[in-house]
Amino acid sequence: MDDDILNSNDEYQYGFKDDYQPVYSTGKGLNESIVREISSQKHEPQWMLDLRLRAFKIYQKLPMPKFGPDLSKLDLDNINYFQRATDQVARDWSDVPNSMKQTFEKLGVPEAERKYLAGAEAQYESEAVYANLKKEYAKLGIIFCDTDTALREYPELVKTYFGKLIGPENNKFAALNTAVWSGGVFLYVPKGVHCKIPIQSFFRINNGSTGQFERTILVVEEGASVNYVEGCTAPNYSEDSLHAAIVEVFVKRDAFARYTTIQNWSDNVYSLETKRASAAENATMEWVDGNLGSKVTMKYPSIDLNGPHATGTMLSIAFASNHIFQDTGCIMRHNAPFTSSNVISKSICKTGGICNYRGKIRMRPNSQGSKSHIECDTIIMDDQSKSDTIPTNIIQNGDTTLEHEAKVSKISETDLYYLMSRGLTEAEATKMIIMGFIEPFSKQLPMEYAVELNRLIDYQMEDSVG
Amino acid sequence: MLKITDLHVKIIENNQEVIKGLNLEIPDGEIHVIMGPNGTGKSTLSQTIMNSGKYEITHGQINFNGTDLAKLSTDERARLGIFLAMQYPTEIPGIKNADFIRAAVNAMRPKSAQPTVLEFMQSLSKAMDILDIKLDYTDRYLNEGFSGGEKKRNEILQMMMVKPQLAILDEIDSGLDIDALKVVSKGINTMRGNHFSSLIITHYDRILRYVKPDVVHVMMDGKIVASGGIELAKSLEQGGYAQLRDKLGLNIKLVDE
Repeated sequence: MDDDILNSNDEYQYGFKDDYQPVYSTGKGLNESIVREISSQKHEPQWMLDLRLRAFKIYQKLPMPKFGPDLSKLDLDNINYFQRATDQVARDWSDVPNSMKQTFEKLGVPEAERKYLAGAEAQYESEAVYANLKKEYAKLGIIFCDTDTALREYPELVKTYFGKLIGPENNKFAALNTAVWSGGVFLYVPKGVHCKIPIQSFFRINNGSTGQFERTILVVEEGASVNYVEGCTAPNYSEDSLHAAIVEVFVKRDAFARYTTIQNWSDNVYSLETKRASAAENATMEWVDGNLGSKVTMKYPSIDLNGPHATGTMLSIAFASNHIFQDTGCIMRHNAPFTSSNVISKSICKTGGICNYRGKIRMRPNSQGSKSHIECDTIIMDDQSKSDTIPTNIIQNGDTTLEHEAKVSKISETDLYYLMSRGLTEAEATKMIIMGFIEPFSKQLPMEYAVELNRLIDYQMEDSVG
Repeated sequence: MLKITDLHVKIIENNQEVIKGLNLEIPDGEIHVIMGPNGTGKSTLSQTIMNSGKYEITHGQINFNGTDLAKLSTDERARLGIFLAMQYPTEIPGIKNADFIRAAVNAMRPKSAQPTVLEFMQSLSKAMDILDIKLDYTDRYLNEGFSGGEKKRNEILQMMMVKPQLAILDEIDSGLDIDALKVVSKGINTMRGNHFSSLIITHYDRILRYVKPDVVHVMMDGKIVASGGIELAKSLEQGGYAQLRDKLGLNIKLVDE
């Protein structure tokens, strides 16, 4: 079976690419005038231009991350920092250009929307070309649009929240995003409003060397709730691509937010995202985060538990095959008494893949009565693959509880034997065990996503046993 | 059906020979029982037939419907129609019982003969009824948190769904109370027919009150030392294995002596 793993030469399943030319592009590389150009193309208010310029200066000063995967092959001068796919955001499906429609159809976006979704927004290149918000949600006062549109139509609202959790000082790629951001989703749920159906959006990188720098902001007002789902399947392409998104989630008192992501970037994408949420008194924030593809992923969603009894959850899976490096984890900041956090991280690596869990828990001096539970489970499928758990715990209050469990294992021979004794082939049995391993994650997904995840894992596993 | 000829088997880990020249033939449609004291190689025999990977055949042959099993993997043997109800079924969290059994049922059949989801669920609930298994079972994870009795029932349920030609039941009766024993026996009896054979491995004759065997074998020190009808099991229950050994004039030390 090992030989098959080494010799596998698979084609990327979603490696189709449609025939399309961006309407406008700033060309490769980045300098101050490009930052100005991006802002002026979008007719942005002065404060946004000022923020972009400040961020660009910080970006130039900040060093590359000094931990984790090697980023030396990431050529930041060889990336398109801005391109616009269509001139207008399309409200209606019939306005979306045909070639793009085909891409979305291949991904199942329109069908998905009909069946399960409250509203879908698909990002094509750097801006949304399709945005549709169901009427009943508009009536409830929910705002759901791309962030560029939000900046034009709700400038004060955007200004209140933009960059308030993640400033350009946070890290080099957060600075880069702030300087050149484009697209992303703005979702605002007013006080007391419950969004019963998940709100979903698809992102996709389609041109080689296209930097995607979405900027996503979720605001969930007091007592409101929302389940937001974001998915990515990128086609395979030869040049290195960079994905450096920022997501900020504000969960107010007694509110609930779940942010679900499944990323399946093609194997040339550097995914270097910064995600941060704040949870006020008695609020609940949940990150549900799946990472299957990319070349390198560095992603550590964080939650600031700012009010008493706030709860934060991180549920993640990482799947690294064929020398993919998944360096993921999470950060929980317990800044108030009686807060709790729960982290479940599941990872699988095979055929030279690396999965690291890198996490940080901080209990502030006023965090008495708070607790945190961290569980890291890894399956390493062969001798070429690696996994490491790198936890950092900063405890500044003695009256807190922290539990950390980590388990690394191979696929159990006993389990395999049991399944095979019922006629399942080794490949089928292995797949079933892996699906069972990540079941705590997949059962949290909307059905359509669970199906997609199943298909993606299927695809990743296909070559693993002979 | 199953024909084992002069079988010698060793434990790979320590090279110890456990089965030492065993012969056994189970014709189509018959239920055979192997009884024997602890440590005589009964479970080794079942694991060797299924190819668990822990044992190696050093001599002899296992033949199933004319096929030499030697080169076949566990799943290939299963797909030939051999089923092993394990003594200690594994617990696997995350896999739902119903999903697993469906995968097993489908694995045994070409696509055209696989039941639809509805057909599958109907026959599953029928079998669960016979075995007195609660409804929430289908959504529970594979054997996870099951009591000993629940695990054994689950093995029998799988057997009923998969419909093998030969079912090896390794200590299916151990750890069962009298009600569970009756239920499990009922399950085995529903399988009886011209194209179903079974090899029941047990210490005690109590399951034989509910499942009538065609042949009873006694195994000691890696060999079949006596074969007969139900009366052989009864005499064992009265006199014990040591008495039978002495009667046969065998020079064997029993593990629990």
